Amino acid sequence: MEYKRTFPERLKLLHARTPDRVALTLQFPNTDDLSLTLDQLLRGASSYASALTRANIQPGEVVILILQHGEDLAYAFWGAILHGAIPSIMPFLTEKLSPERYRADLSALISVTQPAAIVTYSEFESEARSALREDDSVREVIVTTQVEKKNELDFDSLSGFQRNPEDIVILQHSSGTTGLQKGVALSHRAIFNQLDAYGKALKLTDSDVVVSWLPLYHDMGLIAGFIMPILSGIHLVLQSPFDWVRAPYKLMQAVTKHRGTLSWLPNFAYNFCAQKIRDRHLEGVDLSSWRAIINCSEPVRWESHNAFYEKFKDYGLKREALQTSYAMAENVFAVTQSPLGGEPAVLKIERDAFMSERVAKLASDASDGEHPTMKMMSSGRPLENVEVKVLDENRNELPDRIIGEVALRSDCMLTGYYHREDATQQAFHDGWYLTGDYGFISAGEVFVSGRKKDMIIVGGKNVYPQDLEALTYEVTGVHAGRSVAFGMFDEEQGTEDVVIIAEVDSEDPAEQQKVADAIRLHVTKNSAIALRYVKVVDPKWILKTSSGKTARSANKEKFLKEIHA
Amino acid sequence: MDSILEVLEKQIASQILKQPNRKIAVDEPLISSGLIDSFSLMDVALYVEDAFGVRIEDTELNAETFDTLAQLASLIESRK
Repeated sequence: MEYKRTFPERLKLLHARTPDRVALTLQFPNTDDLSLTLDQLLRGASSYASALTRANIQPGEVVILILQHGEDLAYAFWGAILHGAIPSIMPFLTEKLSPERYRADLSALISVTQPAAIVTYSEFESEARSALREDDSVREVIVTTQVEKKNELDFDSLSGFQRNPEDIVILQHSSGTTGLQKGVALSHRAIFNQLDAYGKALKLTDSDVVVSWLPLYHDMGLIAGFIMPILSGIHLVLQSPFDWVRAPYKLMQAVTKHRGTLSWLPNFAYNFCAQKIRDRHLEGVDLSSWRAIINCSEPVRWESHNAFYEKFKDYGLKREALQTSYAMAENVFAVTQSPLGGEPAVLKIERDAFMSERVAKLASDASDGEHPTMKMMSSGRPLENVEVKVLDENRNELPDRIIGEVALRSDCMLTGYYHREDATQQAFHDGWYLTGDYGFISAGEVFVSGRKKDMIIVGGKNVYPQDLEALTYEVTGVHAGRSVAFGMFDEEQGTEDVVIIAEVDSEDPAEQQKVADAIRLHVTKNSAIALRYVKVVDPKWILKTSSGKTARSANKEKFLKEIHA
Repeated sequence: MDSILEVLEKQIASQILKQPNRKIAVDEPLISSGLIDSFSLMDVALYVEDAFGVRIEDTELNAETFDTLAQLASLIESRK
């Protein structure tokens, strides 16, 4: 029989070669590491595949996984794959988010994605069921305790082997009301094409060890920190994002203990680790095995790399281990990667030309005194299967170092936004995917400088300002159309702070403070995004365009002027 | 000298909420309400370690250990 490049076939092949190799080590705060061989992982997954069969879930149907870091999530994900169902991981409800909002988001996700089943914990079953409607697509809520651990592995009985390379294998959503309605559908073929090209750029070998704390509902965690190592036969050491944020030093301890070689981090994490790890937690830490720590998913900053290097250089960290990538779910993951072995390219450019003329003008050393300069760090070179170009407003290609919208074309693009043909059509022009990011190319290196859309990226998470603004309108005292949300880069944190400005009728400071508190509380509870600045202002503060729309960038400028005044 | 409560209030209002004049009630929920997120919580813990010389372990960084200024102040008192 012809060999099909699908996830199940790859797992079977790896299993035939090295069944007893440790595939996944799960770390927990107060208990020992749990290491699973590929054989153990697939036996656990097979139990879930059987549970899906018993529940009469068909190959090609979507299964939503609402599970936290742990064995069940790994088994349920790979079990869905072995069954041929399409898994999609939904963030778990945390104490930060209001259950009502979570339910509304889940309902919205269900209405677009039309999943056949939800897999969750028995404690969460009633919560999940409360998001269901009688006439919706969900036929089964499978709870983990009902899944009979059979411990058998019979590849021939698994329906996932009937799937074809062009079939959709996973769905990936970004967060928020807007993001949840745009599931990125990826095929087996697209993911393998990405893994081939990205594996080459990374010079992956089977002695690599990936260490990750990234959440699996995000492309960076799901692809680089989960699917890639498992399908490449590489040991993955996985921590929970919730544990990491309380104990960031555990990343360094895990690299030391397991001789980690590769990790991916959003830019803020470099600052976070550099500023917040105590020396007492670094006793015995040895980072010399770490060959690439790849910065991606928010704008990359040379200053952040530098702070990280200064903090950890005495613990064996190599400067050339600090790398960058530009990635997005629509391209499976990586678009570019900085060449390993050296440091990412850094350009010194003139700040004024960059800001006002949208040109990256190289600053000569002699001109230093005349013009203020800034450092831009490259996100690297396109992978061998990806073409990148920069377009002007009329979608004509721009020359080197002129800023425009980044567009790309590859053999690892999404199949489409799931059940959203409209959104898929809009995203492409002439076969090129329009990223919505601004950037420029210089000598083959891609530099990302900002976003065309008003999207805020905070801590590596994409946030749509319209979602936050819509939430403020639910607060008593704020009228629809009279608030504005935007991101503001915070040098110290290495990421954006979220700012919300809202107009209220009352000019009484005490009353305004009450509304500000109410906005903070309501928006945070309903978006799980912490707000840094909440400013309540008198009527007519917010600038509108001539057509009456809120101009986010103009309001941001006005706000910046006020706080720097 | 300012009391522990006053020092904490000032620090949280100015550094985390970016509203230096904001009053924080001693029994106002800070973590469960979302006023302080997980990233800022780490800042609070580091500040407490430096300013008061007491340790807060990473496993304690949650609303069960302390959620209000009063609870945080008494945690500090008990460890001094």
